[in-house]
Amino acid sequence: MLKTFKKGGVHPAENKLSAHAPIIKAEIPKTVTIPLGQHIGAPSSPIVTKGETVKVGQIIAKSNGFVSANIHSSVSGVVAKIEDTFDITGFSRPAISITVDGDDWLETIDRTETINSNLDYQPEHIIKRVQESGIVGLGGATFPTHIKLSVPTGKKAEFLIINGVECEPYLTADHRLMMEKGEQVLIGTKLLMAALGVNKAYICIENNKPDAIQHLMQLAKKYQPIQVVPLKVKYPQGGEKQLINAVLKREVPSGGLPIDLGVIVQNVGTAFAVYEAVQKNKPLFERIVTVTGKTVKKPSNFLVRIGTPAIQLVEAAGGIPDDTGKIVAGGPMMGKALNSLDVPITKGASGILLFDRKEGKRLPISPCIRCGKCVSVCPMGLEPYLLMTLSEKQIWDRSEKENTMDCMECGSCMYTCPANRPLLDYIRLSKSTVGQLIRTRKQ
Amino acid sequence: MEKLLHISPSPHIAGEYSVQKIMYGVLLALLPAFAASVYFFGIGAIVVTATAVVSCVAFEYLIQKYLIKGTPTILNGSAALTGVLLAFNVPSNLPILLIVIGSMVAIGIGKMSFGGLGQNPFNPALVGRVFLLISFPVQMTSWPLPMGFQTKYFDAITGATPLALVKEGIKNGQTLSSIENIPSHMNLFYGAMGGSIGEICALALILGFAFMLYRKIITWHIPVFLISTIFAFTGIMHLTNPEKYADPLFHILTGGVMLGAIFMATDMVTSPMTHKGMAIFAIGIGLITVIIRLFGAYPEGISFAILIMNAFVPLLNKWTKPTRFGEEVLNG
Repeated sequence: MLKTFKKGGVHPAENKLSAHAPIIKAEIPKTVTIPLGQHIGAPSSPIVTKGETVKVGQIIAKSNGFVSANIHSSVSGVVAKIEDTFDITGFSRPAISITVDGDDWLETIDRTETINSNLDYQPEHIIKRVQESGIVGLGGATFPTHIKLSVPTGKKAEFLIINGVECEPYLTADHRLMMEKGEQVLIGTKLLMAALGVNKAYICIENNKPDAIQHLMQLAKKYQPIQVVPLKVKYPQGGEKQLINAVLKREVPSGGLPIDLGVIVQNVGTAFAVYEAVQKNKPLFERIVTVTGKTVKKPSNFLVRIGTPAIQLVEAAGGIPDDTGKIVAGGPMMGKALNSLDVPITKGASGILLFDRKEGKRLPISPCIRCGKCVSVCPMGLEPYLLMTLSEKQIWDRSEKENTMDCMECGSCMYTCPANRPLLDYIRLSKSTVGQLIRTRKQ
Repeated sequence: MEKLLHISPSPHIAGEYSVQKIMYGVLLALLPAFAASVYFFGIGAIVVTATAVVSCVAFEYLIQKYLIKGTPTILNGSAALTGVLLAFNVPSNLPILLIVIGSMVAIGIGKMSFGGLGQNPFNPALVGRVFLLISFPVQMTSWPLPMGFQTKYFDAITGATPLALVKEGIKNGQTLSSIENIPSHMNLFYGAMGGSIGEICALALILGFAFMLYRKIITWHIPVFLISTIFAFTGIMHLTNPEKYADPLFHILTGGVMLGAIFMATDMVTSPMTHKGMAIFAIGIGLITVIIRLFGAYPEGISFAILIMNAFVPLLNKWTKPTRFGEEVLNG
């Protein structure tokens, strides 16, 4: 029996269309637009001015406050403008546009393909490199990695879990990374272990990627004591709390953090970025993006410079199919629908997913038949049907008592609902209202 | 890119379940029982079932269209399902007018008066059935005997159900072994006994159960807990006095236990949300059924038992909340 998390979960059709498409370097665009808010926390402050010449890998915006991250130029060229631009979130926010000129990298970056497995560093050095390189959680949450690595006093890290689950249907960026950069991922994991001072690390991969499991298991022999853990395919196993539950059979307390159990979870993409930052002196300015969909001509995985317009990737994957009705940044369960493809790829963008008109539409809503499927699939043990009703009726105190804030918006309830009820829409409404109420009360 | 894109919050895909698929799945699961009934009772089973389905669908349509003035949703199959379940709970020679009245009560009072699909606290088919049983006890308890395929509808040869035979016999002071005409356990399993249309053939009903489990329409909890409770309770009673209380196998194979446990008590709308709640709900139904059978006035009590436990569902939902993730920290 393969391990998996205990409570709830669903298994949508996997549709990993691009699982065997090797990573292709996407063409460098004519201009890039690099948003200043690509991470959770305060947007960075620009340190370049209009007209300034920048090189690939040069820092262009500095971390601004405790929860924030540096941002580096992904191209060489001239800063064209610094102004508000629509980004992947649908909001207009400050971004730096750079007109590309050649591909001139900082000399400090090691551009060779040789694998550097030197691990002789102080933890402080690794954390400092991670911080300088602007690394954030690449699984989608984009939480600055150096903060996660600086374990708060009084807590102790014991386990490192590397998340190679990729439980979202369609997405294959992490899968390809593990196949093609497996050794680098393992060295990155070693570096993270050294930074945290832990001696137990698990790389968790769902069983629908047997090639990646085998490949990493083979490589891991050289990198003891890293353990590769195959997991049963179940969504949302990539969620931090679910993954910890699957591997260690322990539950992060409600409202708590993984570090309360001595656990740190990092994405495989992040482990790779840490390798590049520490061993190659290369800051985070490119990432792997899956472009996929049933109607897409060539579902692909691209290595993309941050700031590249999404439209360029879709063109490279065969263009926008005629019948396209919905475009999603990220996976189909938690991704965000885009109103335009003219938005730049950011650090947290793992995929661009295209649906045709039929698939892109929500199905008609009918009354709740009280089947209880939403309750049985909720990985947090909530009652989505009840939370929706409370939200519709605007009964906020009861919503709080029913733990609406525990919802992580995985969408399993709404995915399962036979009546197509907009459960998560209403739960989001209640989360934001109740969250507001809690903040006002604390003041 | 000139065309408009659809924008909505996540999730962007939907699972394979739909209300329609669930309803038609249950209908499919009821087919074996229907076939068995036609085999044993003949044309009567077809006439009664067809009448109930047509009148349930018609009443739902008329009420939605002219009373509530909403959009009729008869195509989702829930009214047809109520019709089949109502028919399965009555004798195969029930006069047409009574079936129509039963359908009216089931759909009109049992379902639409509460607001339609998903809002009714009680199982509509059982509301219709119990209404008929109380209002027309003679017609509702004249059971055609399983004579092989019959083409007669009104003047079928009738007799008592095994449960009624036992109840009557015990009341007259007989011992169990001296009561005649009780079918063998094997015949009970295949369905060769008098009874309501859909309840006789345990084999066919279990096939339907397997199908619904396979299609993940229901979970095993309610049927298994319900049947086990009845088995255990009647088993204990049987051990105390084998001449007065029939054996547990007899109890689970006769009357409406199989139909009730697999198709009536598992009605999603009127059963609890969590597995814990389902277990309590099912055990409650089992206990009440046995109490009515052994100590009550009626030979069979599962309809009443289900309706009584239906009333507890909101409370059960409140008492049996799922355990929150992180509420009890395991192994730690």
